Amino acid sequence: MKEPIGTTGLALNEPLIWEKGRKGRTGFSLPKRDVEHAPLDEALTGDGPDLPDLSEVDVVRHYTRLSQWNYGVDSGMYPLGSCTMKYNPKTHERQAALPGFASAHPLLPASLSQGILRMMATLQRFLGEITGLPAVTLQPAAGAHGELTGMMIVRAYHNDRGAPRHKILIPDTAHGTNPASSVLCGFSPVPVKSNERGVLAPETVAELMDEDTAGIMITNPNTLGLFEENIRKIADIVHGKGGLVYVDGANMNAMMGIVSMGNIGVDLMHLNLHKTFSTPHGGGGPGSGPVCARQDLAPFLPVPRVKEKDGTFHLSYDHPKSIGKVHAFYGNVGILIRAYSYILSMGPNLKKASQLAVLNANYVKEKLKDTFYLPYDRPCMHECVFTDKWQEAHKITTLDIAKRLIDYGFHPPTIYFPLVVHGAIMIEPTETESKETLDTFIASCKAIAEEAKESPELLREAPTKPKVRRMDETRAARHPQLAG
Amino acid sequence: MKELNELILPEDVKFTDEHEWARVEGDHVRVGISDYAQDQLGDVVFVELPEVGSSFNKGDEFGTVESVKTVSEIYMPVSGEVVAINEELADHPEYVNTDPYGKGWMIEVAPSDLSEMDSLLDKNAYLKLLEEE
Amino acid sequence: MRYLPHTDEEISEMLAAIGLKSLDELFTSIPEDCRRTDPLDLPEPLTEWELNRHMDALAAEMAVAPGYKIFLGAGSYHHHIPEAIRQLLLRSEFYTAYTPYQPEISQGTLQAIYEYQTFVTRLLGMEVANASMYDGASALAEALLMAIRVTKRKKVAVSRLIHPFYRKVVETYLKAPGFEIVELPSREDGTTDLSSIDHPEKYAGIAIQSPNFFGCIEDLRSFGGKIHEDPKTFFVVAFTEPLAYGLLKPPGAYGADIVCGEGQSLGIPQSFGGPGLGMFATKMKYVRNMPGRLVGQTVDKDGKRGFVLTLATREQHIRRERATSNICSNEGLCALATAMYLSSLGETGLRELASLNHDKAEYLKGALARAGVKIPFSAPTFNEFVAEFPDGFQEKHARLMEKKIVAGLALAPFYPELKNHYLLCATETITKDEIDALIREVAS
Repeated sequence: MKEPIGTTGLALNEPLIWEKGRKGRTGFSLPKRDVEHAPLDEALTGDGPDLPDLSEVDVVRHYTRLSQWNYGVDSGMYPLGSCTMKYNPKTHERQAALPGFASAHPLLPASLSQGILRMMATLQRFLGEITGLPAVTLQPAAGAHGELTGMMIVRAYHNDRGAPRHKILIPDTAHGTNPASSVLCGFSPVPVKSNERGVLAPETVAELMDEDTAGIMITNPNTLGLFEENIRKIADIVHGKGGLVYVDGANMNAMMGIVSMGNIGVDLMHLNLHKTFSTPHGGGGPGSGPVCARQDLAPFLPVPRVKEKDGTFHLSYDHPKSIGKVHAFYGNVGILIRAYSYILSMGPNLKKASQLAVLNANYVKEKLKDTFYLPYDRPCMHECVFTDKWQEAHKITTLDIAKRLIDYGFHPPTIYFPLVVHGAIMIEPTETESKETLDTFIASCKAIAEEAKESPELLREAPTKPKVRRMDETRAARHPQLAG
Repeated sequence: MKELNELILPEDVKFTDEHEWARVEGDHVRVGISDYAQDQLGDVVFVELPEVGSSFNKGDEFGTVESVKTVSEIYMPVSGEVVAINEELADHPEYVNTDPYGKGWMIEVAPSDLSEMDSLLDKNAYLKLLEEE
Repeated sequence: MRYLPHTDEEISEMLAAIGLKSLDELFTSIPEDCRRTDPLDLPEPLTEWELNRHMDALAAEMAVAPGYKIFLGAGSYHHHIPEAIRQLLLRSEFYTAYTPYQPEISQGTLQAIYEYQTFVTRLLGMEVANASMYDGASALAEALLMAIRVTKRKKVAVSRLIHPFYRKVVETYLKAPGFEIVELPSREDGTTDLSSIDHPEKYAGIAIQSPNFFGCIEDLRSFGGKIHEDPKTFFVVAFTEPLAYGLLKPPGAYGADIVCGEGQSLGIPQSFGGPGLGMFATKMKYVRNMPGRLVGQTVDKDGKRGFVLTLATREQHIRRERATSNICSNEGLCALATAMYLSSLGETGLRELASLNHDKAEYLKGALARAGVKIPFSAPTFNEFVAEFPDGFQEKHARLMEKKIVAGLALAPFYPELKNHYLLCATETITKDEIDALIREVAS
């Protein structure tokens, strides 16, 4: 390969922020005092928190230097499986920052907030169209929050029929949030094993499904990047026993315009707007996890719901069967604005995005399958899963490979997930990576696999190019130091 | 990871198939996790133990042991009341790694039926179990 | 499409490398009867410029300052945000990064979150804070679930003067697994009445908001004493306006076990209620029962200081159904904004700003009282308070809106007995002239 894209450059040291500053500096333009000081009972007042006093320059330098120690999608390819780290369009930041949106108070009367209400109603319609599930709530603030909301809806649905249920089927390939969310709703998760093809077999589901089981939570495509090909039969089995089919839509980026979830037996699902709909991950949030459901589940959605009447929009609270509220207000509206902008910019091209996401994943899979062991050699969807099996002989692990990729200038893939694959390396390139970027990534992986044989120390010592090297995580966990 | 022949498996303890060990000490039974278990877990960072005075049946979960990225439940080898816990593990969880049968012990139990010890595995039976895993 | 780099030629080359002829063939693993046949019914794509025009038009339908004078608080507060923060947040190494699972190339996010956690502990007077949660309401729900988990008790008590929407979220979270919620009534002075709590040992936790929904500062000292008659019962303090702690003693000083609430006030745009920032802090002895992510300090291989996500065994991706919470995302970028905001203010600035907020609201309160409006609650308030207007004010409230003044929030929908009562807020963004203009309208 050509010279790797990973190199070293000047990074600047920067202390903890309270190690900087001088008492009496300020980084804030305080408004002029135009009212008199009003005393407050001294028994109530304290000394105020111990914060450093800094100038604006101190603050700007501090965070600029910190930012330079980070790797983002804007830095380079970020093939983190199941996370859909696609490009975050710049225009979205402009839209969300418009003062009409950014400064809007959530308790404005409807007559003074038509713009946002209209946006929300339209986004609900778009998401309903994309999933084939027309009853939509935008309230959940993240994917796991959407799952929790979805499970509450499932619970409310069964209770409303006068027959509460207590179990929920969850495949062994599921994200950890699935069992955790269902437990919060009082369900006991029942694990379902996937078959030798890496998908769920209808017989396995039929054996476990009974009349105390509320339904099944399926990730489709699953976390091995495979389409759950038996989904229709599974849905029939679950519906036959009165259960509901919930889909974790974390992997919806493979499905837009390709599969309508509402048409294949899915009753409700959540979307991750910060994955499929290109809103930035923000270093771990804020995200947004709308839930889309069959129309007859609409009465159970959280309140308030955005409703239209004669061309004007309002928030409606009068839904007695609703599960209640999961967010103080209406969800992460700032994120909804970005996803809405994305859908308006893409239109029907969303299908093209899914096609290219799947093309990119299959291209990487094909080009690397002689380099890393591929446990399921079948056409994949938007991501593919390799393992470190062939590198084990050299005592090289998935972790070493991931860390060495950093030196080559790439963010590592998701590692050691899904749990059903030992030493998993889960690669999701996304559609916004070009062929030449993929080719450089592939060449880097091949070079690393060679190094694993020839000079494994390079991998064990990696990374060497970032500002810091591998961290002592044992020390951090044994003697937690969580504040300075 | 250790090879099977590198594992320390003392003669004076018995093992469970969940990888706890139990040693009769006077009227009581001392309990910890085996060298194999600590090796599989990696660096132990925290051990969650029950309150002294709580009672469990054989096979009940009595606590958890955590490494950086995993957490395992630990189960009672025999029924009985917990009469002591190893307080030192709070500050020194690494004892579970460095001395699993000594300073890394976890709880001491007043057994309700000492004959339950007979159902546990001796060194050879445990080694056989490990070979199969 | 400018976000999709593939040329037709490249698509053909890539398909050939896989051994396929068309993009459709990529999907043969999806059974025929699962494939969508109809096209997506979405509007044709907008250009960047068309999108701008469309969004500008939507934004223009919203009533915001400075065109409107908005005297609303109630859980969302209008404060000045320095331009430096807005621009720093656009450093795309921050906002286009994921959760910092690879510490070597995420030290920026990790150190910033560690600093945020530290600031939160100092602001709230607590020992440990997490990396943030969805919002104040879900943070409170998670706090009560944590109290239930630790104490193994099934009942909590929640003050009636906690934000009504927060109580609704708590109810939604606690109802599903079947826990009981007791509501604590209010007293005549606008604070919580704890006299119905005879046996704190019956409760997993007791939650109070201060300043409460009416803006009133609660007597946390006496509540702490009462609740901790059983030291195991969790004393939970919630908040919607953390700026108050620039002036007030922090809840930690009164022995609170968990302090949680909404951080929007500290450098985050209101954005119609989200994204906000769920702040959550507790005592170190409860750290392993705490929900949410944590960043800890450690060293790298060469002994250099660095930061990592730690105590992850509490979390869903490891403990799955036995996790302390299902939470996965935090509100990372919002936590970063708050850290930047508190850094910009500093100790001196925070105190001055808090005091200015208090004084603006006091000025408004005094002026209203002089104009004959009743101030029904005698407890001291921070930057919002309740006013009881004469009958017929509802019409005037509507007329004022036509004059681009939103004169507070009607409380009757939330507290039916509070007819003609309005919650009014004045932060540092409201000038004396604007307050005087409101008073003239009210008095006219």
